[in-house]
Amino acid sequence: MAAYREFKEVSPNASAGAKTMNWLENRFPTAFDAYKVHMSEYYAPKNFNFWYIFGSLALLVLVIQIVTGIFLVMNYKPDAAKAFESVEYIMRDVPWGWLIRYMHSTGASAFFVVVYLHMFRGLLYGSYRKPRELVWIFGCAIFLALMAEAFMGYLLPWGQMSYWGAQVIVNLFSAIPFIGPDLALLIRGDYVVGDATLNRFFSFHVIAVPLVLLGLVVAHLLALHDVGSNNPDGIEIKGPGKPVDENGHPLDGVPFHPYYSVHDIFGVSIFLFIFSAVIFFAPEFGGYFLEYNNFIPADPLKTPNHIAPVWYFTPFYSMLRAITAEMMYALIACVVLGAGYGVLKAKLPGFIKAGIVVAAVVVIALMLSIDAKFWGVVVMGGAVIILFFLPWLDCSPARSIRYRPSWHKYLYAIFVVWFVVLAYLGVQAPSPIGERVSQVGTLFYFGFFLLMPWWSRLGTPKPVPDRVTFKPH
Amino acid sequence: MKKVLFSLVAALGFIAGAHASGGGMAWDKAPVDVTNQASLQNGAKLFVNYCLNCHSAAFMRFNRLTDIGLTEQQIKDNLLFSTDKIGETMQAAINPKEAKEWFGANPPDLTVIARSRAGSGGSGADYLYTFLRTFYRDDTKPTGWNNLAFPSVGMPHVLWQLQGERKAVFEQRESHGLTEEVFKSWEQISPGSMTPQQYDQAVGDLVNYLQWMGEPAQNTRVRIGVWVLLFLAGFTFIAWRLNAAYWKDVK
Repeated sequence: MAAYREFKEVSPNASAGAKTMNWLENRFPTAFDAYKVHMSEYYAPKNFNFWYIFGSLALLVLVIQIVTGIFLVMNYKPDAAKAFESVEYIMRDVPWGWLIRYMHSTGASAFFVVVYLHMFRGLLYGSYRKPRELVWIFGCAIFLALMAEAFMGYLLPWGQMSYWGAQVIVNLFSAIPFIGPDLALLIRGDYVVGDATLNRFFSFHVIAVPLVLLGLVVAHLLALHDVGSNNPDGIEIKGPGKPVDENGHPLDGVPFHPYYSVHDIFGVSIFLFIFSAVIFFAPEFGGYFLEYNNFIPADPLKTPNHIAPVWYFTPFYSMLRAITAEMMYALIACVVLGAGYGVLKAKLPGFIKAGIVVAAVVVIALMLSIDAKFWGVVVMGGAVIILFFLPWLDCSPARSIRYRPSWHKYLYAIFVVWFVVLAYLGVQAPSPIGERVSQVGTLFYFGFFLLMPWWSRLGTPKPVPDRVTFKPH
Repeated sequence: MKKVLFSLVAALGFIAGAHASGGGMAWDKAPVDVTNQASLQNGAKLFVNYCLNCHSAAFMRFNRLTDIGLTEQQIKDNLLFSTDKIGETMQAAINPKEAKEWFGANPPDLTVIARSRAGSGGSGADYLYTFLRTFYRDDTKPTGWNNLAFPSVGMPHVLWQLQGERKAVFEQRESHGLTEEVFKSWEQISPGSMTPQQYDQAVGDLVNYLQWMGEPAQNTRVRIGVWVLLFLAGFTFIAWRLNAAYWKDVK
């Protein structure tokens, strides 16, 4: 449907630059339109705060990972006999190899720092609420792809933690009834993690997942620019009845370029300062970014005493470990309570209530008959999947935390504390107290989301202003 | 609300405490200074003379020792035993098959040993510094040697001529109804060629070298890092002012 476009003419006296741009625009107008739509004429709310830097930073880290990854692949050997050696070769014999490698290893952790903060921003200001559900869902899919990318990338240095971490996580799949063992075999390509596993993880890490990731990032940004950005006040700046200037642009918005591009350059420079400080002065980051055990080559015959995933997976790993046979009774009690509430208290037609009872009985039967290990995997996966449903779980009349009842802030603070506690426990070796604490944390995490339709409606929201709150600099 | 937070913090503290008490013997702090070239050179000499017989450093090239102030000629004349090419990596003199027969396991590669042995007790260098100074005579072991930091280690005390032979004196101690053997003191059986202070110094140099060898680029890394941060500090200032210049018009 490409419409015919008039060739634009410029004055013969125009500068060489203007002539070149005109020549290009006549031949590739899409690029010029895209620049306008996404940069110079994309109006973003002018009241963005500190929390709004992390989207741009995530994009920056993605680029860093791709570029450093390209250079690492030039010298890395995805071969069980050579992988560890080739990483040390990069660290020692490849000129500036150590820098590229540290950028990539620190970049992996930085990616998760930035993405966790970016997601928390969405949570605070209700950025996932209508009409931005798809933006949020694409984002959650990015998070999922990122976890796959990080997990497979971590196998590549072929150290003890790489090896045994992969062994433990792939073995989890074998807990799935019926198909589990074959599925685990399919993922590994062998009966234990080995050369075949390394080769396929390498392929997924450098080609398959990055392609998916890039596609999702494009979808995330296009969807965002279609519906427009949310802001800390959680109110729209565009649409019917919203104030506009004489050109029809929203009064509460500023063009992304130059206002947010300079803003982001400032944010990027602060980020790079911290990022470089880690790379140059603490690349191992006390064993959190590069685990000590991973400087021992993978040995299939020697299981380390303590296998822990890298820090960014540990909240979910804690939830996996929390699901013991004992914990299953607590979960069954939760199912009974939920079903009981649905049947006795909720105003629902009779056949739905009957359905609830049947479903609860089936679920409880499954919970009693299948091993707790499988439910641990379900809980770990569910902890990520539940995020996808957030737009429909949150029923608060006000989008932004600013105009919700004050106690919501405390609730979110407790949520963050629990998330950090779970992360901490996931790093530690299992202990009876740790197990109990992580079980409470798991219940809180799921309770926070599953009970959101109830608690987010409670209390009276504060009056929401018509215009964004903005204090000129 | 405060109660919940408080009990959480208390729970965390308890877990952390329980974790800390779980380790083995405490590690001594290693005198590491990877910018001290004299120490690194002495460490390299000890490493090549004592460690490299059984252990390799298969990712470390001899000519990288130029980074710690040695010339290629010095390396060739004094440190090259297992090969005659200075660009070669450091391979053990021992045959790996024989090593396995003699010690029950292949002696691990030492290139990144200092990085790999860090833990809750301290840095990898601290562990190695403790390990190399706590060998003692134990006739119940196949090699005749045992170690406090690594009980029943397969490695004999390679530096015994320097340190001399020692015996560890244990005392029985009751705790929680169980008797356990607790290390009390050392007893020198025969003197070594070094005084205890000299020996600690020598092991300190050796560990310093191992620490440096784990990442030969580390001094470069820190030196460049300072310049990078200085540049970024200046860049941040400019970006801050640029941002302010644009945003001053936004009302």
